[in-house]
Amino acid sequence: MLSFIAQIGRSTIRQLTGMGRMLLFLLSAFAWACRRPTRFRLIIYHIRSIGVDSLSVVILSGIFTGMVIGLQGYYSLRKFNAESFLGSAAAISLLRELGPVLSAFMVTGRTGSAMAAEIGSMKVTEQIDALYSMAINPIQYLVSPRILAGLISMPLLTAIFDVVGLYGAYLVGVKLLGVSSGSFIAGMEASTVFNDFYSGMLKSLSFGLIITWVCCYKGFQALPMATGVGQATTESVVLCFVLILVWDYFMTSVML
Amino acid sequence: MIRVVELHKAFGGQQVLRGVNLELETGKITTIIGGSGCGKTVLLKHLNALLLPDRGSVMVDGADITKIGESALNAIRQKFGVLFQGAALLDSMTIYDNVAFPLREKTKLTESEIEKRVDERLNQVGLAGMGYKYPAEVSGGMKKRAGLARALAMEPEIVLFDEPTTGLDPLLGKSIHELIRKMHGAFGFTGVIVSHDIPEVFKISDRVAMLANGVIAEAGPTRNFLASSNPVVRQFIQGDVEGPLSVL
Repeated sequence: MLSFIAQIGRSTIRQLTGMGRMLLFLLSAFAWACRRPTRFRLIIYHIRSIGVDSLSVVILSGIFTGMVIGLQGYYSLRKFNAESFLGSAAAISLLRELGPVLSAFMVTGRTGSAMAAEIGSMKVTEQIDALYSMAINPIQYLVSPRILAGLISMPLLTAIFDVVGLYGAYLVGVKLLGVSSGSFIAGMEASTVFNDFYSGMLKSLSFGLIITWVCCYKGFQALPMATGVGQATTESVVLCFVLILVWDYFMTSVML
Repeated sequence: MIRVVELHKAFGGQQVLRGVNLELETGKITTIIGGSGCGKTVLLKHLNALLLPDRGSVMVDGADITKIGESALNAIRQKFGVLFQGAALLDSMTIYDNVAFPLREKTKLTESEIEKRVDERLNQVGLAGMGYKYPAEVSGGMKKRAGLARALAMEPEIVLFDEPTTGLDPLLGKSIHELIRKMHGAFGFTGVIVSHDIPEVFKISDRVAMLANGVIAEAGPTRNFLASSNPVVRQFIQGDVEGPLSVL
């Protein structure tokens, strides 16, 4: 019985230590971001990597998500003779929830995993030690630019996801299923307020932070063995997905 | 001068260094030998604070680098060049950019001055015209040469070599040793080599130290070291399975 309690205690301490390390890692990344030199070229490079390179997958997932909303929404609303509310249903669900969450999932899978693998591989092959030995702080060189790039890219990708998703819903609802174009757009306009857009953008900003923070941290924790990088990548993706959903619930409950 | 005093380091429950004391003379090449897994690389990584000890100190030009702040440590680290075991070239950059990297980050040299310095270093290590290649596109020997060019880019006072010939065939290994000797002649740095390439590495060493059981078993000028009657040294140099060092 005592050993069981001790085991729980050890596990709790380990988890808390891990969380503390993660938090210190983030604080250190912010502190280094404020110190010179500011590597604008690296920030722009990572905006391209996180933002531009994820554009195709975000657009593709956005349009199909919108089309599914159009299809499902139409048949659900028709049961109540409320097809004219399709525009508002699509707009609210995309702007507040689906846009930020699904685009964050896409970026996690597309870029976050690659980020963890790249940094993990650098750790395993002593490239991070090489940076230290050249008196270059790896947090400042590898992590801070990625976090800043994530904060800039994620809201932009989410905005694109929202626009494309709404167009997808419009295509299916109006062009395919015959909902009136006027009622679709008027419904959108009438039911959405600035707060819907604002809360979505705030969520995407925090998701950008979560993805870059978690993936960089897990990369830095990669173990120097054959499975080390793979394990770090898997852990980073799973943890990102969980944190995105948990944080989404928290933010939704606060911003409703 | 670098002075290691009573250095202790453990990983988990495993005690790797148990009180290492060692002096590395300025301008000389000191080779640290010892069995696989005895802690040579761990000791080397303490010399520029890539690892911090559990106990003990590492004095570089009078400053204890285990106790100084980040900016003072960075100033001292700029005196060092390191050739890592796998060269540790940044694989997202070409060889040229790898060699130019510390110059771009840590000096105010213009791009044309950097180009001149990088071309000079690549030429010295026999990689002239190969700067456009990525690390993944070149052989292990070329990676080591590129790593050496990067280590020497800032004209450091101290260069650390972590197993510079591991994974190379005997001819390439000899050529890397020859290159280290040549570069030492040209730059006059203090060199610290971790190696078990015996006896080849003795040809370029001024001094040799042997690490065994977490302490320095013997250290001294190469000639004296080779004549040592210490049974641990004799067993290791002669490659005897039987002796005070446990092999398995």
